[in-house]
Amino acid sequence: MSELTLTVMRLGFLAVLWLFVIVAVQVIRSDLFGTRVTQRGSRRDAGRQQQAARQAPPQQRQQTGGGRRGRNTPTKLVVTEGTLTGTTVALQGQTITLGRAHDSTIVLDDDYASSRHARIYPDRDGQWIVEDLGSTNGTYLDRTRLTTPTPISLGAPIRIGKTVIELRK
Amino acid sequence: MSSTTNPSTQHTSTIGAIGAPSRRNTELALLVFAVVIPVFAYANVGLALDGQVPAGLLSYGLGLGLLAGVGHLAVRKFAPYADPLLLPLATLLNGLGLVAIWRLDQSELLQSIQQAGTAAPRQLMYTAMGIALFIGVLIFLKDHRVLQRYTYISMVGALFLLLLPLVPGLGKNIYGAKIWIQVGSFSIQPGEFAKIVLAIFFAGYLMVKRDALALASRRFMGLYLPRGRDLGPILVVWMVSILILVFETDLGTSLLFFGMFVIMLYVATERTSWIVFGLLMSAVGAVGVASFEPHIQQRVDAWLDPMREYTLSREGVLGHSEQAMQALWAFGSGGTLGTGWGQGHSELIRFAANSDFILATFGEELGLAGVMALLLLYALIVERGVRTALAARDPFGKLLAIGLSGAFALQVFVVAGGVMGLIPLTGMTMPFLAYGGSSVIANWALIGILLRISDTARRPAPAPAANPDAEMTQVVRP
Repeated sequence: MSELTLTVMRLGFLAVLWLFVIVAVQVIRSDLFGTRVTQRGSRRDAGRQQQAARQAPPQQRQQTGGGRRGRNTPTKLVVTEGTLTGTTVALQGQTITLGRAHDSTIVLDDDYASSRHARIYPDRDGQWIVEDLGSTNGTYLDRTRLTTPTPISLGAPIRIGKTVIELRK
Repeated sequence: MSSTTNPSTQHTSTIGAIGAPSRRNTELALLVFAVVIPVFAYANVGLALDGQVPAGLLSYGLGLGLLAGVGHLAVRKFAPYADPLLLPLATLLNGLGLVAIWRLDQSELLQSIQQAGTAAPRQLMYTAMGIALFIGVLIFLKDHRVLQRYTYISMVGALFLLLLPLVPGLGKNIYGAKIWIQVGSFSIQPGEFAKIVLAIFFAGYLMVKRDALALASRRFMGLYLPRGRDLGPILVVWMVSILILVFETDLGTSLLFFGMFVIMLYVATERTSWIVFGLLMSAVGAVGVASFEPHIQQRVDAWLDPMREYTLSREGVLGHSEQAMQALWAFGSGGTLGTGWGQGHSELIRFAANSDFILATFGEELGLAGVMALLLLYALIVERGVRTALAARDPFGKLLAIGLSGAFALQVFVVAGGVMGLIPLTGMTMPFLAYGGSSVIANWALIGILLRISDTARRPAPAPAANPDAEMTQVVRP
């Protein structure tokens, strides 16, 4: 085998190996540069959405990574029924715990609530999730009892015993 | 990203992995690529050594391709939304490892000193067993949360596996480290499997205890100091890893388990103070043990002055090894672009040239460029694992994924760092690359679990079915 062939093969192999690495990185490009949001609507619509995103505060935009949620991100949690009616909690990316335990974010004074009843937290792309922490009487999103962590939409009532809370803009 | 967040549709709106494409075809394309590269390398070795394409090229290529293909079909069937990169990356590393082992098999020097010469076919068999276990995990582990039930059984199982090498008659002391057991003609490294079982225990345990560990703390000099009684678990794990270090004289295993616990503790509690504590404790432990354990001491001496170690060994002083220096020479002779497949002399490392020191072969024959690519492949596996943890919706899955990928990363660091002379050398195997049944099989199982978690995380949520029980037990408001 000639020296030249071997050199070509040697360098060729390294090139192929690196090509694989580059292709693999291309596959996960979205991890590095954020998800490209493709709109179902017209291109014009998409442009408008992006403009809206650009106007959104930078911190929020980073969290949402797209135009759509820039406008729909809830900013506060409001108690609408129960003894705590009218209480609001600003949503700043922290986990909110609900229950009768004293260290909960919202301390529920409610016979139907467990000491660590539920928690509400943002997932990695800013969507708020409610999770029942194994409570006795359950947590209801609308009229459905939660069994798994479930995304919350704006204005959907979350019911814990006599207390109802919802997320608002 | 295009679901409706319309309040009137209520809970049926799902965000996150919505409509996420399954990406199985991407995986298939990458997998083909990942099989072609080792075949190319194999032909390359044959051409360099004998001037002709090796006879086994077709069967070897088909064998690897078949294994990868079966793995891919299993993923397609049982975990259709799993991560597209993990399987190709693992296949490529495994294939390259097979080529390097086969290349070392060809060396007459190695053939003359041990049973080498048959290592590559056996490694291929281990790979087949590993892929079988991988498929088994995908088939039988429908939901990784099932593992949560076995939290404390896992603890007992992991301790059992870790202590197994110490059982007289069963344990085997190979060159100073007691981390093998002998069953029949096989020697098994239980620590490789303990890694996975322990991750399950830590994930289950920390998921329950994380609030207590995270919240109850005082602030002192910018650090959250945990309460004394919350230090219990970390102290216990520390003690166990010190015991491993003392009785099995294996720095790597000990470092791996303690490091994995600290990583998972940090992720579970979001408290930097645990990392500070962990680093302090591992430093104290390592220095303490090294001061009286001769085997560890010798490893540290070899690390500080490999040349002296080399000369001592040349002079025939027992208990010294030339390998650390030889590995460094191998890297040096490789240079930037390497000597090319089959044209290095890493077989001079002799013992463990195809297991613990396999990275030296890559360093010599592929050079800096090749080793960097390999390390990037490992980094990508770890990145996919961490990404899986970020995407997972349940805390147990998050912790398990981070624990497994953390352990994988630590293992790569410990081995690569040891061979390259960054940290004291320790007897562990490079995942997938190195020769060794336990390591290959355990790491395929690890990839299987990661794929299962990522499948659960990326799978579009099914429309929640109305639960009749829930309606009946609903609390009636007065």
